[in-house]
Amino acid sequence: MSSPAPDTAVDATTRARDLLGVSRLTNSALTAWLHGLPGVDQVGCDGRAAALGTRSIKNESKKWAIDLAISMIDLTTLEGADTPGKVRGLCAKALTPDVSDLATPRTAAVCVYGDMVATAREALGTDSGVKIAAVATAFPSGRASMDVKLADTREAVDAGADEIDMVIDRGAFLMGDYLTVFHQIADIKRACGDARLKVIMETGELVTYDNVRRASWLSMLAGGDFIKTSTGKVSPAATLPVTVIMLEAVRDWLTLTGEMIGVKPAGGIRTSKDAIKFLVAVHEVAGEEWLDNQWFRFGASSLLNDLLLQRQRMRIGAYSGADYITDDAPSLY
Amino acid sequence: MSRVEVKKTYKLYIGGAFPRSESGRSYEVSDAKGRFLANAAKGSRKDARDAVVAARKAQPGWGRATAYNRGQVLYRVAEVMESRKGQFVEEVRAAEGLTPTRATAAVDAAIDRWVWYAGWSDKYAQVLGGLNPVAGPYFNISAPDATGVVAALAPQESSLLGLVSVLAPIVVSGNTAVVLSSKDRPIPAITLAEALATSDVPGGVINLITGDPAEAAPWLATHRDVNAIDLTGVAGTDLAWGDLERAAADNLKRVRRPALDGLSAIEEDWSVTPTLGRIESFLETKTVWHPKGR
Amino acid sequence: MSTFEYAPAPESRAVVNLQPSYGLFINGEFVEGTGSSFKTISPATEEVLAEISEASPADVDLAVKAARTAYTRVWSRMSGADRGKYLYRIARILQERAREFAVLETLDNGKPIKESRDVDVPIAAAHFFYHAGWADKLEYAALGPNPRPHGVVGQVIPWNFPMLMLAWKIAPALATGNTVVLKPAETTPLTALLFAEVCQQADLPPGVVNIVTGAGTTGQAIVDHPGVDKIAFTGSTGVGKAIARAIAGTPKKATLELGGKAANIIFDDAPIDQAVEGIINGIFFNQGHVCCAGSRLLVQESIAEEVEARLKRRLQTLRVGDPLDKNTDVGAINSGAQLARITELVAAGVAEGAERWDTGCPLPEKGFWFRPTVFTGVSQTHRIAQEEIFGPVVSMLTFRTPQEAVAKANNTPYGLSAGIWTEKGSRILWMADQLRAGVIWANTFNRFDPTSPFGGYKESGYGREGGRHGLSAYVVTGGPQ
Repeated sequence: MSSPAPDTAVDATTRARDLLGVSRLTNSALTAWLHGLPGVDQVGCDGRAAALGTRSIKNESKKWAIDLAISMIDLTTLEGADTPGKVRGLCAKALTPDVSDLATPRTAAVCVYGDMVATAREALGTDSGVKIAAVATAFPSGRASMDVKLADTREAVDAGADEIDMVIDRGAFLMGDYLTVFHQIADIKRACGDARLKVIMETGELVTYDNVRRASWLSMLAGGDFIKTSTGKVSPAATLPVTVIMLEAVRDWLTLTGEMIGVKPAGGIRTSKDAIKFLVAVHEVAGEEWLDNQWFRFGASSLLNDLLLQRQRMRIGAYSGADYITDDAPSLY
Repeated sequence: MSRVEVKKTYKLYIGGAFPRSESGRSYEVSDAKGRFLANAAKGSRKDARDAVVAARKAQPGWGRATAYNRGQVLYRVAEVMESRKGQFVEEVRAAEGLTPTRATAAVDAAIDRWVWYAGWSDKYAQVLGGLNPVAGPYFNISAPDATGVVAALAPQESSLLGLVSVLAPIVVSGNTAVVLSSKDRPIPAITLAEALATSDVPGGVINLITGDPAEAAPWLATHRDVNAIDLTGVAGTDLAWGDLERAAADNLKRVRRPALDGLSAIEEDWSVTPTLGRIESFLETKTVWHPKGR
Repeated sequence: MSTFEYAPAPESRAVVNLQPSYGLFINGEFVEGTGSSFKTISPATEEVLAEISEASPADVDLAVKAARTAYTRVWSRMSGADRGKYLYRIARILQERAREFAVLETLDNGKPIKESRDVDVPIAAAHFFYHAGWADKLEYAALGPNPRPHGVVGQVIPWNFPMLMLAWKIAPALATGNTVVLKPAETTPLTALLFAEVCQQADLPPGVVNIVTGAGTTGQAIVDHPGVDKIAFTGSTGVGKAIARAIAGTPKKATLELGGKAANIIFDDAPIDQAVEGIINGIFFNQGHVCCAGSRLLVQESIAEEVEARLKRRLQTLRVGDPLDKNTDVGAINSGAQLARITELVAAGVAEGAERWDTGCPLPEKGFWFRPTVFTGVSQTHRIAQEEIFGPVVSMLTFRTPQEAVAKANNTPYGLSAGIWTEKGSRILWMADQLRAGVIWANTFNRFDPTSPFGGYKESGYGREGGRHGLSAYVVTGGPQ
């Protein structure tokens, strides 16, 4: 099930003024709105996440969850040392995760730096079903001028990226300059054209759960299609409590606006057990509609192989090993 | 023909591992009758420095652990000590020249004392802390807080019971410790370190350095990253506790003086049941206010 | 699967070694009772689990005598340090046999395995650990000069947290040097009987702990026995009052932990998602069979609609079913009798004009079940706002100001607990000052810890359990009394 596509004819600022009920979108209006959101009790939120983590997912449910998780992965390589060879290997893996069982689902996407998009496009073709997500906007720090960040975005889009993973200006956010953060997201969204925009909040740098809630709402207000936890370059990256807050945000946003926004935890999710906990959280906090790679992704690299190990175990009835999982470039994570 | 024993090498205990002294030195340890027992590592000031680094690193985690968790870990140490009782008795007997009966009594007392202190972890706050009825619409509470990294000189004579009596009260409240063992009777301390290493005690919470305390003690007394120093083990050495206390004043360390006879340091009677005093010596008190209003 | 269904995830029963029948645990041994017997069943399936002895007054007399002898000859002469060691052993064995206890508790009580495994058993073990450490430190506990035990303590515990209530009773009693005769509830005797095995494994001197199973008559025999110096009771307010009357004019002392009708107060600036979790934990945890349950939801009127909507949406994800399934959130009602009481009160709520809503979830065929239920439009004068339902039923009322919230919260003969949800610290502390309740949870609910005293004001009973304060009921101090 998907919601009506956001009305791109109405720009983000106009819609924001509407939602906030103000005649001018100022920083103080944004601040009042964001700071008026309910607070998050950290201990309570951690408790809910821990409770969701006690769900015991077995047998048929586990198989289903593993396949779903695989299909939700944005298979990622974002290293300075990336070469076309590395990216080609990544794409091959995304298309055929387990050469010993061709029924294994493909991943949702590959995620690469903008200057690797062309290589990825060549390797994946145009109808593989695997999308190309490019990080842009001076990823991972975001510390560059808007001109540079827009150029970064446009080049990736022109090279064929289906999705753009941008970073917000955390410095501006932490200084309370929400208006700047808003405009940056809205401008990048325009530069995306038809590409879907994921907004990386870098929750590890935002630190408090109240900030995660506010950044989530700000990102949705400004036109993001997805809210994403992390660049994966900062620890802590994606945690279950932070993802729960984001799932609450998209759930409440749907109630408020009728619009669905996707959620992507990225970084630090390494095991199938972890991934399944996240799926349980999606299921019980946001709802079934989000159990679809159109609306939920895992930003991960080594997670895929752990999912494949578990999948093999369930298929062959014995524990498998790393020798039975292909690895084109052993992950550094 | 009797079996040839595998002789043991005795090393330091720092950061959860057992390194040799960085100085590469060792010294001879004899039993109470002067017979050679072993070569023990001769700890240097650099070993003490490394131990402080390890203790500081471990302190936030240990200090933030729940009282229940600390109590569980410390009780586990007692379990492991009990399981090694034979070894401890043998070593205390040799070190202190005690009869088997007395050595056993000393080891029993050491284990029981450890258990006594473990049981305080989730209680001292209830006894030492409390609500203050201030004259205004404020919630006001005083709570004990660990002071941080504590350096301690273990007693020279009582090689296990005395050591336990100094060490356990330091760590039960969340402090981490750098302990200089008895110079002449270090072997039970090393066995204790082995018990610690196998009992879920996080690395760095307790660090043990064998050797001549006269070498490292002054450096610990002046060390600006050490929050408190326990001078108990000065008794029976050539160190002057006044000098160490003076040195410690540089960063106003909390100082626990040795037991005194007049102005001379003496070894305590470890058979006496302790009070809360040793726990209190290494605690700060934090008082928090908050208004009460609609 | 087109949707995320959770496959059955049953915890295995194999870890439990159920016997067809059980005797009484007196003087360190299992002995045949001289009374009749009754059956204990699984409330989830109605299957018979075992036959249990109903201890007669003669049996109770034997148990009290055994406790007295053990007290005089062994336990009162033992050092606190040694008493502590026995308690440490018991705590350790509980941890070692944790899975066995959790499964048995779930079978006998009907609560989800998730709860017995993650809450009941670990906290019970922790109680023994905590109290073990007090045994040789009583002079520090500010109880008074020369703290010493009463002698023989009679303890009667309820069916809602059988193992945990046993720990709350036995641990402080033994730590302070008393010996014990304990009666578990008639619908949940099994973990107490397993605990008797733990006492044997710990080599606890015979007679220090005695377990006598039975129902009302057995409990009465304990309360009335002249050889019992002190009573500790957790259960209904009605029985608590009867006990208070029975011991009046005698040397016996009692502590009572009785019912409640706690107000869970939600302000408009509450962290709303966590507050909803707090409501769930407050009244649906343990099927609402909790004396301190947040059964009265007091919501600030300005956000009442929103809270109701969020609560109902969240309740849809609660899984009601087989308590042994690891994904079950709400288990079985403990007995047919309790189910009847809940049903009657809920019907009364409807009759008095409140609006009833439940999750509509499917329920198993056999066993005793009640769907999580929410009443809205409830007034203070409704029965469902005054009487303890002791089931998964929450009554929602509104308030306008902190003052009004306090007045409504306090407007009850009960006073066990209360909850406050707001981001404002001063308000939490001001409310806590005003609320007449023994346990106040701010931005959390139903949290228990051995170090934290628990007990009520007014008709919720008197005396505290846990913490330093919980020791005082078990000692006499000062000169001869």
